[in-house]
Formats: sequence, C-alpha cells, structure tokens
Amino acid sequence: MSTYYVSHDVSRCIGCRACEAHCKVKNDTPAGSNYCKIMTVGPRLSRGIPRFDFVYMACFHCEKPWCVDACPTGAMQRRDKDGIVFVNDDLCVGCKACITACPWGVPQWNGATGKVGKCDLCMDRIDQGLAPACVSKCVTDALTFTTAEQASESRRQQFAESLLSKQDQQG
Amino acid sequence: MKKSIYSMCGMCTVRCHIRAEVEDNRVTWMEGNQHILGGALCARGAAGIALRDDTERPQGPLIREGARGEGKWRQVSWNEALDHVAGKLGEIKEKYGPQSIVVSSRGGPWQGLYKTFVHAIGSPNYTNHDNTCGRNTHHASLSVNGVARKGLQYDYKNARHLVLFGRNLFAALLLTETRAVMEMLQKGGRLTYVDVRVTETSSKATRFFHVRPGTDYALALAMVHQVIRENAYDAEFVDKYVKDFSALCTFIEPYTPAWAAGECGIDEDSIINFVREINEDRPRVIFHPGWNLSRYNDSFYASRMLHILNGLMGNVEMEGGLFFPKGPGDCGVKSIRTVDCRKPDIERADGCGTTYPQFEKGPGLAHLLFPAMKTGKPYPVKAWMAMRHDPFTCMPDPQQQKEYFDNCDLLVSIDTHYSEFGWYSDVILPESMFLERDNHIIVQKGLKPRLAVRRKVVEPRFDTKAAWDIFRQLAVRMGVEEYFPYETIEEFWNWQLEPTGYTMADFEEKGFIELADKPVFYDRGELEGRFKTPSGKIEVISQVLEEAGLPSLKPYQSPAPPPKGKFRLVYGRVAVHTHSHTQNNPLLHQMMDENNLWIHTDEAKKLGISDGDMVEVAAANGYSGRLRAFVTDFIHPEAVFTVHGFGRQVPRQTRTHERGVSDQRLMAGLLDVWDQAGGAISLCESFVTVRAAQ
Repeated sequence: MSTYYVSHDVSRCIGCRACEAHCKVKNDTPAGSNYCKIMTVGPRLSRGIPRFDFVYMACFHCEKPWCVDACPTGAMQRRDKDGIVFVNDDLCVGCKACITACPWGVPQWNGATGKVGKCDLCMDRIDQGLAPACVSKCVTDALTFTTAEQASESRRQQFAESLLSKQDQQG
Repeated sequence: MKKSIYSMCGMCTVRCHIRAEVEDNRVTWMEGNQHILGGALCARGAAGIALRDDTERPQGPLIREGARGEGKWRQVSWNEALDHVAGKLGEIKEKYGPQSIVVSSRGGPWQGLYKTFVHAIGSPNYTNHDNTCGRNTHHASLSVNGVARKGLQYDYKNARHLVLFGRNLFAALLLTETRAVMEMLQKGGRLTYVDVRVTETSSKATRFFHVRPGTDYALALAMVHQVIRENAYDAEFVDKYVKDFSALCTFIEPYTPAWAAGECGIDEDSIINFVREINEDRPRVIFHPGWNLSRYNDSFYASRMLHILNGLMGNVEMEGGLFFPKGPGDCGVKSIRTVDCRKPDIERADGCGTTYPQFEKGPGLAHLLFPAMKTGKPYPVKAWMAMRHDPFTCMPDPQQQKEYFDNCDLLVSIDTHYSEFGWYSDVILPESMFLERDNHIIVQKGLKPRLAVRRKVVEPRFDTKAAWDIFRQLAVRMGVEEYFPYETIEEFWNWQLEPTGYTMADFEEKGFIELADKPVFYDRGELEGRFKTPSGKIEVISQVLEEAGLPSLKPYQSPAPPPKGKFRLVYGRVAVHTHSHTQNNPLLHQMMDENNLWIHTDEAKKLGISDGDMVEVAAANGYSGRLRAFVTDFIHPEAVFTVHGFGRQVPRQTRTHERGVSDQRLMAGLLDVWDQAGGAISLCESFVTVRAAQ
C-alpha cells in the first residue's frame, strides 16, 4: 500500500459522480475508461427504508501490485518514495497483461492511444502539495486524501464522538 | 502564462461560485470557490470545459433558409443577424403594435436585462419558464406569506429536521444547499422525504413516505391535522403572527392520519410518529414548500399547507429555520445600480393580473400566451424571442406548441447550444458559453448578502457574444439604447458599483464582495409587516384567492387511478445532467447517454417485462419511444418514471440525437391542464401505455 490513502465516507456520499467527472477531465480519459468510479448497489431495503449504497473504486496502490509483476515492459511501476503505482506511457505496449492481473479491474484501456492508463493519485498535484482531483472537488466532502494511519485514527475519533453524543442525547 | 480567475459556473441555473486556472486561453483546472464551497464542484460543472471544446454548438449567428425545423441555416455576421432581427421586430411593431412581441427566459439573476429590453420596446410580455417549475410554490408563498417564493430562505445547516415533498435535492445539487443539508445530517438532524419513488435524497432520509402519486396534499393535510391535535405547534407564535388559525382548525378536522394513510398508501402510525418527532425537533423544523411543484392539479394547495406548517412551527427568522433574505440595505450599504424600464401600462396577453387576478403580473404564464397566438385575443402575439429558454422541452407537447408558434412571424433563440426551439426558430443568436463571457454584477441575498459577478475566463472560441452585448446592440437598433447606459462591460460594472463605494478590485480577493461579517437576523419579536400580506401576518385565508372565486382552503379530491392498462407518467432529474441542456455534452453524454423507464416489479411481471428489457412507451397523441426498463419495487405501481431531457431532435447534436425518450412529447394534451389557482402546468397528469418492445 502506498503511503497515501483515499478514504470514502459512505454516510456522506450521495452518488453524484462528481469524482468520476473531475477524474476524467484531469486525466483526459476516453469514454469507457474511468480511473475512479462510484459503483452503485441497490436500491435495497435497509431497516425499512430503500437505500442506495455507493462504493468508491479507484486503485489501492498495493504494496505488492499484481499489475507491476505482470507487466513485461516495465511500464507499470511503483514509485519508490511513496508507493504510488503508475504507468510510464512511453513503455506501455498495450498488451493488457496488467488488466488480466489486477483482481479489482483497476487498469483502464484507452482505445485511442492503444495503451493502459490508471489512477496515479494525481501525482503531479501531490508533488505540489495538493490533493487528487476527485478529493479536491468532492461535493459533500465524502472523500479525504490521507494516510492509512490517519484514516484509522480519524475513524476511531469519529466513532468515539458519536458514541458520546448518543449518550448525551439519552442522558 | 498561468492565471487564476474567480467566476460563476453556468452549467445549470444554480450558478455556483468557481475558480478557474487558465493557460494559453485554455482552462486547465476548475473548482468550486474555496471561500464558499471548499472547492466542491459537481459533474455538470466539471463538464464546462467539455462544453467549450464542443464543436456541436452554434458557431456564429444563424438565419433559417428552409422551412421551420428543416435544419437549413446560413451563418451570417452579427451585424446582419442583429439588423435582421431588429428589422423584423420593427415590422411587427408597426403592423400589430409592440405588445405582440414576447421575450421569454429561464429567469435568474440577470433577467432584468431581457425584461428591460422588451419593456423598452413597448411590450409588457416578458415571461419565463416558471410555469413548468416554481410558479405554484411562488403563488402559494404570496398567498400565505405575502412574499415571493424566494422571499424566505432556509438555514438547513442548523435545522434539526428537514421535510421534503419530492424535492430531490441530492440530485439537484445547489451546492451550498447540498453541503448544508449534509452537515445537518452529520450532526444528527432528521430528514423526512415524500415521493412516489426512491431517489438519491430518500436514500439519505431518516423517514420515507412512499406515497401514491398525486396524494401529496392529503399527506400535508394530515400533518397539519395531527400537529394541531397534538399541540405540536408554537402557540405563542401562531397567536402573534398567524391569521385565521381557527378557520384552519375547523377545515382540517376530517383529515386524520388514518384517512391519509388510506389515501396515500402508507402507515397511520408513521404519520403519528412523524409528528411526535416534529414536536421534539421544533422550532428547528423546515418544511420545504417545494420547488418544481408543477406536478398535480392540487400542487398549489399542497404547497400552501407546507408554508402554513412552517408558520405552525414558529420557525421564522431564527437559526435552523426560515429567514428573510437580507440585502445591501440591511448591511448599511447602498445597493448597486441595475438596468430597468417600467412595464408598459398594457394588459398582458396571457391575462395574468386581469382575466386571472390570482396570478401575479410579473413574468405571467408562458402557456397562457398560446391562446392569444391562436385567437388574436386580447391582441395578436407575433414574435417570440427565447433567451436561454427552450419552450419545446420546458413545456409539454411540443407537437401542439408548433401549431401555436406557426402563427408567429418571428422566432428567435438566444442560447449557448441548439435548443429544440432554436432548431425550429428563424434566427439563432449564439450566446458565448459561461467560461467565455462576462455578466453584470448581481446581489445575492441571504443571511450574509454579497455582490457577485461572472468573469470571462477564456476568449470565445466561436463567433458568439455575451447577453449584455446582444441586448444592447438590439436596443441600439430599436432606438431604445438609453436604457442600456454602457458600451463595454467595464463601463457597465463601474456604473453599477458607483453608488456602493466598491470597485472591481474588491472582487479580486475572494471572487465576491461580502457585505456582512456575520449572519444578519431581524428581531423575532417584531416580524409583523415583514409578511407582505394585507394583515402583515401569515394568512390562512387569502383575500386574493377569495376575490378570484377560489377557495383558500380547498377540500381534498382523490386523484383518479390510471385508466386500465395505463400508468401515470412522472419525471425527474439526475446529478449528471441539467434538464434538457447537457445531453449532448461530450463528458456528460459519456456519463449518461440515455434515459430508462422505471416500472414496479409486479406491473412489469404482468407485462412480461424483465429488468433491462427494451420497452415501448406510448402517449395518446401518437408519440411513442423505446427505452430500457428499470424494474424495481421502489416506485409506486401506478406510476412509471423517466429522466427529463432525452429524445432530442436536433440532428447537429450527433451524440444525443434521438437517444432515449422525450417525456414532454409523451405529455399529451397537458398544455391545457394547469392549476387554476397556482398557474403552473400539471406535468404529472398524463397517462401512458407500456409494453415489451418487439
């Protein structure tokens, strides 16, 4: 896993797909190629109310990426300093081995260039101290650009606060 | 060189504040204004760059060559196009009088410009799209509160409970509202949602009333009944500010939760429990009175009850409730100048304010101009200029509309894209898309009012112009340029700002000028007179309605179930398209390229339709179309639903041409079905047949 982590707070997500749109604009991806995507499940009944569930799918930037191992040309790479998995366009020959290898369908085919593209967490922005496009413009602040450690800490804090506020209401 | 420019989005009519980065006349980054939206921008906003890159929009002024709708155009210079339009307007003015000219628009904060033009040339007939949008809610607000629909705003963020009747705000995406409601939910606030189907908003609700179509009014009546019965209202506030409360108590007696449960197809207990929640949460309870409530024949009366419920909550002029929007005067600042011309003292062609005293004269009602086109009474209507307004997709039954419009000698469309009406018109004057144009300064009222301005971010890619320039140039040709006292936008801005003491430089820091540091509230103890009704209070009985022979409190009439073998057609919107404007946008087309038809599982089974099957949906006027079925338990069995805006007919929009089905073409005969008291067209009062496609 890379140093970074994009956390998705499903209670805030309204499934508006702004993240997908901003990603497509930033990365200039053709139709059918989505470096990040909101997967909608439902509607289905949950405690008496029909709900949609939304799951944000981009790239997990694995510690041992299947795609990097599968790539025969060295185009698919893992950046040493922070573990971001990205494609070096010049080396990609379009063999799609990474698409076969990835268990989550992350690498995206670009029919116009005959190459693969994928989420690189907007490396150019990160290197300027900015957040990825999807996170920067999320409509309801459902996405947060963070680290795995910070995400854990913040979730524990949130849980603790909600527990206490429930006690306050009951007491 | 890289530049950063604050501006305002124009992908929908919310007009969110944005910041754009530009290099070599190309937009390289666009985000929501950090000071207001924390960077947030929706998918439609993201597609602004794709709109600029799109070549399938008018690239210069077009004059029709062939028959109307045939699609033969001659691209001409602006001088030729403007001379042509002004010449035709002059001839019509000469022959039929200036009042036979109509200018329509989408409304919005810049409409003073178009209104000024039509008034200056001598016509009272300015109109807008509100007859298919907020007019019922607006008239309801005037009748209850004495103020316009937007004369009260909502402090969602600090509310404890928000109640929405079919207002799907998590797909509408007025981003400040979206974000405030999300904060309310995160703080443990409750959201009650009423609709005939599950939506993005019902999915986040704490309570969902899944009602039978056309029964909103029944549920609102039962809510009032139960609120009064359980004393779940602010007696002190009601005593002070609500007139005719006893008439309401008498009227509401038969409308019990048990009765409404049967009528709406919901649980009696759920209504009772809802009112108990309300009682815990008040006064921080907001009943949203509806937005696009041009749906059923009693939507106006449903909206009136929602306005009255706010009065019962006593939630006015407080945190977490309703408030009167504040302007520059409330902050000790002189307001900006704006172009204006008094409305000519001539009866409106649609009869608003005369034949129909219950309807505000303001923009009148667009659909009531059609009879004048046909009969020439009270006088002929011979020219229609549609500014960013598409009558053929806003209003039902474009087939029938064409027969009316064929009585006109001149049809002009001013728009950034080809509208359906534009394609049928005689002249298209292409407006620059929002990133390519400036607009004049506006006041945004609120708890913390501000001055706002849209700035040109990049130069126009094609031979297009901004509205301030188009209308001024037409005014010059019509000899009324004194109403447009500027030649450049800089002169316009400076003239507007002069009384305020601000300059354009004051917009640089944040993209807007904030007129107050903290929220401005009026004294809650001194609200009398703020309600602009005859009594200065919230009125249950409306003199205007009574004098027009209409009841203030209308007994409920149950909607007829669909005729055998038919379904009630309901429509709505999505987060990735704006009404009918964006279907051909290269990016948004990728995200959603056609609409589908929601149908209840049991009904689909009877018709042999499975989820994802192609179906044919047909209307009484002979129009039919094919689209995929979305089979779900979460739409009422009496209804089928589709997203508005598809089934477009403009061949030059190659991506979206004939994709999906047009809901408004299915709305057979609805031009004549409108709320007699509220004025809006009842867009959900038509029925369609559905069958598996062969």
